[in-house]
Amino acid sequence: MKRFHLSILVCLLLVTVSGIFYYKAKVLQYPLLPISEVEVWTVEAKVDFTANADSSVKATLRLPDYTPNFSTLDESFISRGYGLTTQTVDDFRTAIWTQRRPAPEAQTLYYRTQVIRDNRPVSEQAFPGAAEPPELDPPLQSAAEALLADIRSRSADIDSFSTLLVQEVNRSEPSENVAAFLTRTATPLERTQLIIDLLAGARIPARMVHGFSLAERSQNMHAIPWLEYHNSREWVAINATTGEHGFPPDFLVWWTGNEASPLKLERAQEGRVNWSVSSSYLDAMTAATQAAEKKDMGGMLSFSLHGLPVDIQNTYRILLLLPLGTLLIVFLRNVIGLHTFGTFMPVLIALSFRKTQLLHGIALFSIVVALGLLLRFYLEHLKLLLVPRLAAVVTIVVMLMTLLAVLSHRLDIQAGLSLGLFPIVILAMTIERMSLVWEEHGAADAIQQGVGSLIVAAICYLLLINRYVEHVFFVFPELILGVLALLLLLGRYTGYRFSELFRFSALSGPSGDGR
Amino acid sequence: MKCWISPARLRRLGVAGINQRNGVYIAEHNERKRYPLVDNKLLTKALASSAGVAVPELYAVIKTHRDIRDLDRLLRDRDSFVIKPVHGSGGSGILLFDGKDDHGAYRLANGRLMASGELGHYVSNILAGAYSLGGRPDTAMIEQRVEFSPVFEHLSYRGVPDTRLIVYRGCPAMAMIRLPTRQSNGRANLHQGAIGAGIDLETGVTLSAVWLNQRIDEHPDTGAAIADNAIPDWHTQVELATRCYDLTGLGYLGVDLVLDRKYGPLLLELNARPGLAIQIANQEGLQWRFRAIDRWLATQDGLPPASARATWFLEKGLGRWLDEVRRMGR
Repeated sequence: MKRFHLSILVCLLLVTVSGIFYYKAKVLQYPLLPISEVEVWTVEAKVDFTANADSSVKATLRLPDYTPNFSTLDESFISRGYGLTTQTVDDFRTAIWTQRRPAPEAQTLYYRTQVIRDNRPVSEQAFPGAAEPPELDPPLQSAAEALLADIRSRSADIDSFSTLLVQEVNRSEPSENVAAFLTRTATPLERTQLIIDLLAGARIPARMVHGFSLAERSQNMHAIPWLEYHNSREWVAINATTGEHGFPPDFLVWWTGNEASPLKLERAQEGRVNWSVSSSYLDAMTAATQAAEKKDMGGMLSFSLHGLPVDIQNTYRILLLLPLGTLLIVFLRNVIGLHTFGTFMPVLIALSFRKTQLLHGIALFSIVVALGLLLRFYLEHLKLLLVPRLAAVVTIVVMLMTLLAVLSHRLDIQAGLSLGLFPIVILAMTIERMSLVWEEHGAADAIQQGVGSLIVAAICYLLLINRYVEHVFFVFPELILGVLALLLLLGRYTGYRFSELFRFSALSGPSGDGR
Repeated sequence: MKCWISPARLRRLGVAGINQRNGVYIAEHNERKRYPLVDNKLLTKALASSAGVAVPELYAVIKTHRDIRDLDRLLRDRDSFVIKPVHGSGGSGILLFDGKDDHGAYRLANGRLMASGELGHYVSNILAGAYSLGGRPDTAMIEQRVEFSPVFEHLSYRGVPDTRLIVYRGCPAMAMIRLPTRQSNGRANLHQGAIGAGIDLETGVTLSAVWLNQRIDEHPDTGAAIADNAIPDWHTQVELATRCYDLTGLGYLGVDLVLDRKYGPLLLELNARPGLAIQIANQEGLQWRFRAIDRWLATQDGLPPASARATWFLEKGLGRWLDEVRRMGR
């Protein structure tokens, strides 16, 4: 019953941990590695126009909303003198700038957004319903039907159908069915519009999307149209010239629809939108936090440690590693069978090694304990009572540490100065325990246990300074529940300890197999 | 001899590891609230005497530092005595005295002299908790020093050999005798260098011995053969140990007995967390024997009387019991 209860508890803990971990790592894209930087693009849309004299002006700019492969970190507007609202107009996110009396000169407004790559599928992929076939004049109608029937006979599904259609429209020697629609000098925009109409004739919903490739990173960019059709599961991008599927590399979609420009002006002329793109690298953690703020569903972020002040964060970076250290101790004691002074003394020593570095730490620790032991043996002759004796040992430890600090400063050994970080009471207890073991079981036992404690502390230290471990536990503090689960499991481990295989070696003799 | 043993072989031998002891035997059979009965040696002694189990005579109890002043007066008529911490564990803090010199200094069993003031300091350390678990304040007790039976004289070097029995759910499961050596400084603690020799439960005859984790045949100090020594009054000792279960209710109990020259077997102390070295001394694991006891108890109506439990293994013979559970265990 106890075993059953425990396994359920452990399973629950492990499921919770992996659930939260998966959500944070995969959905919120928290970085698993300490140094990982992501490329952040800053895209600036510069809106230029000339306002009419003596009239109020209104400029409407479509903002990026549907952005496959990218997520938005941040956005900002520069709109000196203008009133600004962002609202959804016809299902599209839009910025509206207004001013009652602009100066009759060139006006410039800016919209700036920061985006990062994001490989999650776009959520809004619902099928918009079969497209309405366009109404065409009878001769065009029959040309369209002939063209569609020809392509349908050569294609297997919607994807191959659209590829073939695009290639047909862009042939350098167009067939007569296509030529009926296009002149030789048709612009890419006109060709794209034709493909959308023809796809609609086959009742396939298609639309134009406008955007540009961030890979170019230049100052003066113009939006190019791209084509998307819906294959009844999701929107598929297709090159309206070659019929290849997919967007150009790092293509940022700015707006969807047939409009040639995202900008609409009222009572103003010469509207123009230019984009400039620059990129920088941002710490992946910051990027993930910012992006997650925009899409966090479960309110997970309100529990993030990154909201704490930085000095407190540093404390928790260490605190969160403590359970891992104790897990290691439990393993080394109950599964391996190492003996140490004091159950968790090595973890605390290991924590102070973080500041002193391992070799210096071990050297300083050994010096303090050795000198402390010498003085402790002298105290033994004075026949002191237990508690005053312990207090005396604490005092001696403080004295030794002060002396060593002053001495190492004189000798210009920097490492000696970090000595003050050792847990004094732990050192004193170690000295006291070691001297008792020394007297009762002999020097060999005492030194053996002392060295054992140092080895365990060193192993703990190597685990605790691992930047990867520290990072993972700080970013995913829920892993502590996993540590708890392992501790509970180890709590019911009743098998042999590794050291017992040596302890019971005398049983391996010939008559050992029972009588 | 190989310096290690495979876990599979240990399992086949039925050897219990320390995790098994703590997580199964102690956790399941020893209720924590009963620990004080065995951890407090004064309580154990009172309990045992009231149940008619023979114990070494209690001379004095020292509870406060004031009492230390009376130490010399209390010990005026005693030459031979033992000082123990009431809550000591693992034999720590125990001093054996066997006389005084002309100046009133006490002579330890190992020949060293201890002045009166020195003894007072030692006792005050006991009171301050230097030998008790967790360093809690303790009490010191002075009791009769056992004059050990001459049958063991050739098998021990200064000090008192004692018998350790593991009593599982009220039934004797395994036994060994611990023989002090020069190296153990007269103490009967295996990891301090005493010899552990297994005892055949049925006959009370010593079996092979282990010293410092090595098998030996002869006592390293006296040269006497260790095996095949019959322990006198064996069945009395087994029954005495068995009755300790009724005193404490601890299902995994270590009983330490000594054989006194005059008074016969005396109960020295009880242990709620007996160690596992007894398996090395007996060259056999505890698990099969525990299983045999479980099987035997399952066939009985309620808990049989101590006399029946003390001889449970005779019903079929220990060997046949073990063969049976080993067959089923595989």
